[in-house]
Amino acid sequence: MANSFTRMMSGRHTAVILASIGAGTLASGYLLSDHIVAAAERTRLYPPSADYPDLRKHNNCMAAALTPSIYGRLRDKTTPNDWTLDQCIQTGVDNPGHPFIKTVGMVAGDEESYEVFAELFDPVIKDRHNGYEPRTMKHPTDLDASKITAGMFDERYVLSSRVRTGRSIRGLSLPPACSRSERREVERVAVTALSGLKGDLSGRYYSLGEMSDREQQQLIDDHLLFDKPVSPLLMSAGMARDWPDARGIWHNNEKNFLIWINEEDHTRIISMEKGGNMKRVFERFCRGLKQVEQLIQERGWEFMWNDRLGYVLTCPSNLGTGLRAGVHIRLPILSRDPRFKRILENLRLQKRGTGGVDTAATGDTVDVSNLDRLGKSEVELVQLVIDGVNYLIECEKRLEKGQDIKIPAPIPQFRK
Amino acid sequence: MPFGNTHNNFKLNYKVEDEFPDLSKHNNHMAKVLTKELYGKIRDRQTPSGYTLDDVIQTGVDNPGHPFIMTVGCVAGDEESYEVFKELLDPVISDRHGGYKPTDKHKTDMNFENLKGGDDLDPNYVLSSRVRTGRSIKGFTLPPHNSRGERRAIEKLSVEALTSLDGEFKGKYYPLKSMTDAEQEQLINDHFLFDKPVSPLLTCAGMARDWPDGRGIMHNDNKTFLVWVNEEDHLRVISMQKGGNMREVFKRFCVGLQKIEEIFKKHNHGFMWNEHLGYILTCPSNLGTGLRGGVHVKLPKLSTHPKFDEILTRLRLQKRGTGGVDTASVGGVFDISNADRLGSSEVEQVQLVVDGVKLMVELEKKLEKGEAIDSLIPAQK
Repeated sequence: MANSFTRMMSGRHTAVILASIGAGTLASGYLLSDHIVAAAERTRLYPPSADYPDLRKHNNCMAAALTPSIYGRLRDKTTPNDWTLDQCIQTGVDNPGHPFIKTVGMVAGDEESYEVFAELFDPVIKDRHNGYEPRTMKHPTDLDASKITAGMFDERYVLSSRVRTGRSIRGLSLPPACSRSERREVERVAVTALSGLKGDLSGRYYSLGEMSDREQQQLIDDHLLFDKPVSPLLMSAGMARDWPDARGIWHNNEKNFLIWINEEDHTRIISMEKGGNMKRVFERFCRGLKQVEQLIQERGWEFMWNDRLGYVLTCPSNLGTGLRAGVHIRLPILSRDPRFKRILENLRLQKRGTGGVDTAATGDTVDVSNLDRLGKSEVELVQLVIDGVNYLIECEKRLEKGQDIKIPAPIPQFRK
Repeated sequence: MPFGNTHNNFKLNYKVEDEFPDLSKHNNHMAKVLTKELYGKIRDRQTPSGYTLDDVIQTGVDNPGHPFIMTVGCVAGDEESYEVFKELLDPVISDRHGGYKPTDKHKTDMNFENLKGGDDLDPNYVLSSRVRTGRSIKGFTLPPHNSRGERRAIEKLSVEALTSLDGEFKGKYYPLKSMTDAEQEQLINDHFLFDKPVSPLLTCAGMARDWPDGRGIMHNDNKTFLVWVNEEDHLRVISMQKGGNMREVFKRFCVGLQKIEEIFKKHNHGFMWNEHLGYILTCPSNLGTGLRGGVHVKLPKLSTHPKFDEILTRLRLQKRGTGGVDTASVGGVFDISNADRLGSSEVEQVQLVVDGVKLMVELEKKLEKGEAIDSLIPAQK
């Protein structure tokens, strides 16, 4: 079980302690002193300037924030788990980005990454989250679904409703950095907790490596199965290592509460159902999350969270709530209206194709969800989606009747 | 800091059985050799540059392999990897290289004069001839592990060496990250340009990091001598030309490599080599000579003969499609090259190609005339 003992035993000083305990096991004549000498020599031969990445053709948040002096100060630092800055930014170096889409370009290897490399993470977080200041601002967490109003959509327009987030288990490294045993530990902790869920939340776990062909086909047909990542953004960050070891899917018997284990985050939690009852989706989401949290706490574990960054996840874009609440919605007239884009922007909503991020819309159906993650609570964001989607439906109805629509005033952000 | 699972010491806090990879569905050389006991025995080691066992095997863990093709499943991060992890790599090398023992000595012979014949392969059948190898530069870690600073230093040294060549080797270096569209177009048309690796065998080993930083291509003005810098190895050296004059190709190969090596030695950065493993390269499959000498040859009749594969095996040759490894043959044209790398010299391996291809062209001609070839099928070399 990861605890302060583990953390005390990790880090650079450990190398000396372990070496003296098990000197005999460091065989082949390569004594620890060789490493220290070699490491010092390499630092002399290759100062940070020699290793500074060429980011001239890059367009991501990391490339916009990184400077030679920041790199120089951070290159030789490590987190207590020995994770380095180069490992955080590798994905952003390898993936210059797209002229139109600004990716984040860096990941955390563990909870401490956000502290040890704060000099780079902070400006990236501020850039990605519309001016949120991680050093001074506080992130509100609110999972009280009873506060939601008007959460039942007109089902002539809204085909399905969904809320997802991620949670990390404190004390274990994140997917880019975790060893096989840490990943297996995440799986054990999560699956043990989930087996304690009861009532409408009770369900079962399917390990990716061990599921039968029949189970696999069923999960595919239910649109629940996740596959090995192919996106170079994830591959370059090392998140697909050892696939499919310790990866799996848990879902309840009703198939409306679903957990992915060890994909891009330790856990991804999804609540969904057909139709427009977003309030019920969110209510189940909050209830499930609270119960899972209680179940892991009973065994001495907890989620990574702090009051500045909210829930700590692998990608800085998912900090805060890590929440994406959305609907599949039919808006045949509005989606073709030239004002659609601006309306979404002002409502702090984004559209995606019905296959999720990076897919195109099919027919008239589009996926609409919140843009923001950090700086507003779960309740605030879901209410924002509900109010926004209701507004979109109103616009569609007005356009059906030949009436005019208005672009709403923009919802205020942190940046001026 | 170089790439890799650097937090090896942290992992040692976990039990061996918790860290040992699940290799039950795997079919590669590494998976066949690595047991839980062996893993437990050597997992706490690191090379002086910090390369660990998990780094060595990651590509083999991520790529279970194919039921029919046996991949190697492990790579070296530096010269010392072959020593520090010998309990794993020696048996892998033995499996891959026909029983090569840890006590065996490898012969290096880059004296092109020792090749017999090779200048008279029938150009009506042999369309092109090519010899390639790899070289690693001493004092630097290898592509799976090296940092940007090291890779750039390798590029700088290589460019200096390569652009100082003269005579038939005189040429130009094209860095991948700054070539013009016109240069890129030309290099593609000449079939010289190498692309960012997409094979998961390479990407899972970390060889595509920071692409295209520090990578480039040098070729001579005649377009018969070509060097790739910082792709899968520090250097890949290729000599090639149309037609069947393998002798000339091999001579150019040997002379060019010798000139390049002299320049590197002057900077105290000779090539990685030892008398047991020959030339040290990233993948254990390329140890020894690292040499693949081959031809594109038209064998429409012979290739459909039931004994074709057996003939190749006996001649110690292998076939590939004309797009290289993992491609299919087009129009009866095959890429035929030596199968061995370790345990025989460069001259010996190219000799096998020269003699073997010559024989196969004769067999093809016989089949064209409707004659039987059974009496000419060779014994196992």
